[in-house]
Amino acid sequence: MTVEAFTLLVNGESRAVQAAPFASLADTLRERLRLTGTKIGCDAGDCGACTVLLDDEQVCACLVPTAQAEGRAITTIEGSSGLVERLREAFLAHGAAQCGVCTPGMIMAAAAALTRDPAAGRAAVEDALGGVLCRCTGYVKIVEAVLDVARGANAFASAAAEAGEAVGARIARVDGRPKVDGTDLFGADHQPSDALWLRLVRSPHPSARFTVGDLAPVLARHPGLVRVLTAADIPGANSFGVFPTTKDQPVLADGVVRMRGDPVAALVGAREAVEAFPDGDLPVAYEVLPALSGAAAALAGGAPAIHAEIPGNVLTRGYLERGSVAEGHALAAATASGAFETAFVEHAYIEPEAGHAKRVGDRMEVTACTQAPVMDQEEVARVLGLPMAAVRIVPTACGGGFGGKLDVSVQPVLAVAAWLTGRPVRVVYSRTESMVSSTKRHPASIRARMSADAEGRFTAYEMEADFNTGAYASWGPTVANRVPVHATGPYRVPHVRNATRAVHTNDSNAGAFRGFGVPQAAIAGEALIDDLAEALGMDRWTIRRANALRRGDATPSGQVLHASAGLPECLDAVRGDFFGRAAEAEAFNARSSRTKRGVGLACMWYGCGNTSLSNPSRMRIALSARGELTFFNGAVDIGQGSTTVLLQIAADALGLPARLFCSVVGDTDLTYDAGKTSASRQTFVSGNAARLAGEDLRRRVLALANAGPEARLILDGARLRIEDGPAGRTVDLAALTPDGTGAVLAGEGRYDPPTTALDANGQGIPYATYGFAAQVAEVDVDTVLGTVKVRRVVAAHDVGRAVNPTLAEGQIHGGIAQGLGLALMEEFVPGRTENLHDYLIPTVGDVPEIVVKLIEDREPEGPFGAKGVGEPALVATAPAILGAIRHATGVRVTRVPVLPHRLHEALRLRAAAG
Amino acid sequence: MRYFRPATLAEALAIRGGEDVAVIAGGTDVYPAHAARRAWGDPVHKDVLDMSGVAELRGIEDRGDHIRIGALATWTELIRAELPPLFDGMKDAARQIGGAQVQNRGTVVGNACTASPAGDGIPNLLALDAAFEIAGPAPARVPASAFFTGYRATACGPRDIVTGVLVPKRGGRGRFVKLGARKYLVISVAMVAAAVETDAAGRVVAARIAVGACSAVARRLPALEADLAGAAVADAARVVAPRHLSDLAPIDDVRASAAYRTAAARALVADCLAGFAHPPAAEEAA
Repeated sequence: MTVEAFTLLVNGESRAVQAAPFASLADTLRERLRLTGTKIGCDAGDCGACTVLLDDEQVCACLVPTAQAEGRAITTIEGSSGLVERLREAFLAHGAAQCGVCTPGMIMAAAAALTRDPAAGRAAVEDALGGVLCRCTGYVKIVEAVLDVARGANAFASAAAEAGEAVGARIARVDGRPKVDGTDLFGADHQPSDALWLRLVRSPHPSARFTVGDLAPVLARHPGLVRVLTAADIPGANSFGVFPTTKDQPVLADGVVRMRGDPVAALVGAREAVEAFPDGDLPVAYEVLPALSGAAAALAGGAPAIHAEIPGNVLTRGYLERGSVAEGHALAAATASGAFETAFVEHAYIEPEAGHAKRVGDRMEVTACTQAPVMDQEEVARVLGLPMAAVRIVPTACGGGFGGKLDVSVQPVLAVAAWLTGRPVRVVYSRTESMVSSTKRHPASIRARMSADAEGRFTAYEMEADFNTGAYASWGPTVANRVPVHATGPYRVPHVRNATRAVHTNDSNAGAFRGFGVPQAAIAGEALIDDLAEALGMDRWTIRRANALRRGDATPSGQVLHASAGLPECLDAVRGDFFGRAAEAEAFNARSSRTKRGVGLACMWYGCGNTSLSNPSRMRIALSARGELTFFNGAVDIGQGSTTVLLQIAADALGLPARLFCSVVGDTDLTYDAGKTSASRQTFVSGNAARLAGEDLRRRVLALANAGPEARLILDGARLRIEDGPAGRTVDLAALTPDGTGAVLAGEGRYDPPTTALDANGQGIPYATYGFAAQVAEVDVDTVLGTVKVRRVVAAHDVGRAVNPTLAEGQIHGGIAQGLGLALMEEFVPGRTENLHDYLIPTVGDVPEIVVKLIEDREPEGPFGAKGVGEPALVATAPAILGAIRHATGVRVTRVPVLPHRLHEALRLRAAAG
Repeated sequence: MRYFRPATLAEALAIRGGEDVAVIAGGTDVYPAHAARRAWGDPVHKDVLDMSGVAELRGIEDRGDHIRIGALATWTELIRAELPPLFDGMKDAARQIGGAQVQNRGTVVGNACTASPAGDGIPNLLALDAAFEIAGPAPARVPASAFFTGYRATACGPRDIVTGVLVPKRGGRGRFVKLGARKYLVISVAMVAAAVETDAAGRVVAARIAVGACSAVARRLPALEADLAGAAVADAARVVAPRHLSDLAPIDDVRASAAYRTAAARALVADCLAGFAHPPAAEEAA
């Protein structure tokens, strides 16, 4: 496209720019003017991340031709006004920015609304924010923040915690300021000026063989292309995968396509050249093969093997057996059974995968969004054929992950391109590319059977579940192993048999997604509990309360819960809501024929950390001679807030205020391995490492003064004062000898949760601790149209200790929004829902009122009593909503999402059956 | 690709007459379609004729016996325009299109020209008996009933430009109901627009009803319109019968099944008509 000269008025400043007239304003702002605060999430007007103001009205900058922006006043997040500044402060104080990638768009949309109506009410604010998607927050704190500004607040004080008071305080996230300013740098925001660009050519077929012809004529026809990489160009191993035994996914496919979107070649060159290249110009000849779609097809006799070494397409089996289910069912006064189906669910983080790589001598540096820097380091080293130490991973701000950025995406191929060309290489996935190539939540086919005796005590649970793990292993083994442990739910059940299979298909690749299969299993288990309650004439709360796991109980894996098992307290906390709302619903239904109201209840539990595997974390805190206090924290913050929470823990363990610290996060050259940001493990596992590091440094400091454990520390520049009752000593840090890293004093902590291996029957101690929750959902069902409106969710979560209640609430809000999506609207269909207008996630208008009740049954093994909450937030929501639909209509849902046409059909069948 | 941005209609018509161009106003359909093609390696885009500089196509005007919605008028301009109650449904549709960003950029005429079966403006224009003002080699005024010729196809020829849409000012009130799987940013599963005029006794004098997203082209329901004539508006919803919707031909897609669309369309038509039984203020209070 021909470039023309434009003069744009951006944030009150006249800017001359060369751009193609048809280039979107978003692209021109970001790539030509380097104003990267405007984010691109979809390039199609579906997500609103690129919202800017054009003459004070909000627009998606991805839909505006640069030519049309000329002569208009453009306002971006980089601009400033009193209103925008108040919104920034309110977002910070409320915890309204989690990952921060939607934050600039949200703030711009809010600014447009409040410019028109400075006292806008909730409805007007929701209408204004309705065009911006957020996947982290559930929108609750965003709306609160905007309404706070609309109500005229102009001071937003976040808690300022003094020494020893950080844990439990609602301090603003310490990495929040750049997020509300739009200066936080995500994967696509790093713009090395001399970089080449990379674009993957992907197979449109889910199953095929292919050959690549002579590439020399292609390079000749497209002079801007520098290289076209194929499988043959990979210097090391052309494969990656989570486990040493499952390196089954190629960086570039080697003649075989196993899923739609498998990359067959990588174009490397000038940006214009790789973007303008028509894929049809690449000499790729496909032989399209029949594709296996769905686990049942892949398991059928005679189905071709998707991987030659796995003839039956069963990647992994998981198993747990305790007692004898036959015996358990024999004790039953009631037995319930059912078959349940769930869909592929897309993570739909608003930031598509992006980053860049550059070769530095004989080392490779990859800067990209990720949830697992050290795993990326291992994979990149392997693909390049280099030792791990020759690879540096620099995590960018991560615009949402939820499990989808645990696997490598852009990293290996970027590294190969940068290695071979010697030039920095950038890549930014399109939304469709992100959705096609990234992992999904596993679709599950679950058959389960559950019994209870006449008193409502559960006697047996058995489940068989097949998880469609798609073309590559990814985290399929983890799902297959985690589900048998959790599937029974957080209840005492003496006789259990849970069996799972992860099955390869040619469908989209399934991997890690908030809950690793447990949310799917909970849909089945909680439905059966409602069945049993009905059969026994008990209410749904009492049957759960009577069986709830509590301190001293043994789990189905035989683990005795010695502490912090707060499910009874969670259930007690929602009791009034459940019974009160259920009674109101019944009264409502007596006078309403078309809209039926219902209330549902579901419980969950979730083990923090990896299942029976070592998953250590190591942290370091250093003091320099100038008194700089630095927290070297290898845990990537994907928006959930670990940078803040771990700092709060470290600060209190050391005994200095959190505000004195600088954090260095995630860089593999500068921090130790804290493990993956997954499995709800960072607060618990890395939190313990942070606590130990703080305690270690404190011990060293106190030793300098021979001070007792209660001594008070005061850091003032290079002077560190230690006050121990009437005695005191001041250490001149400048006088101490620094180590090789520049630290004069440093503390380290390493923690690996105590677990044991599971035996063949799944018996052992898979996790050091568990999170628990009970959620009550209230819905209205339009029985004529089959639509469901979730009115309210009350969520009681045992988090051990809420290190930062604002952030814990934010996790729960966001988890509930994702659980709502899982229940009601989200279904990824390869080839059909590869964008954010055909694949629907909840908008601000779909999330109900949410009441969070934090239960703090302290975990003695946890840092200051804390446990994880990231995944627990989501698990109970879908079953609670399904229970509410059933209460409202009598329809027992066995397939999610409950799209209106599915519920309509179920209502019709129920009416026909009389 | 070339990018034309003329300042007058005459220039625009000259370009349109001589070049194979994609016409763009707000861009809310053009860019997503381009992104979808690019994602699978088809980056080529036609030359573009950007109409946004043609001042004479802007604005919404009262022209005595009709309202003219200029080809560049956005949904937001429609929402903010002082218009008679006949436009209430059209305004409701405008408020439910995309999010505020799309309403601020997308145009009423652009939505019609894209002619998606799920275009929220289209059933409204059918119910309002609108006419399209087409400039080109053979200028014409084409009634909405003849403008939409098929799936994403219209009577606007390759050398033509739609310059505006004309809505006759009649009595009565407009209503619109939309069914989608979420609150904002949602493509309709089905939708109904209606314009109903009543006499002092509350009887239907004239009713025009159209259903969208249930056939390749949104359709009026002439049999129902005829049956409603003379009926008490309070009973209008009860007049709706399956035979009134027999011309619809919905499809199965990722959003809904065909059978569901048929049932939902009937319910939505009844819902839409039921709303005419109450004055608008009472509805808002409810």
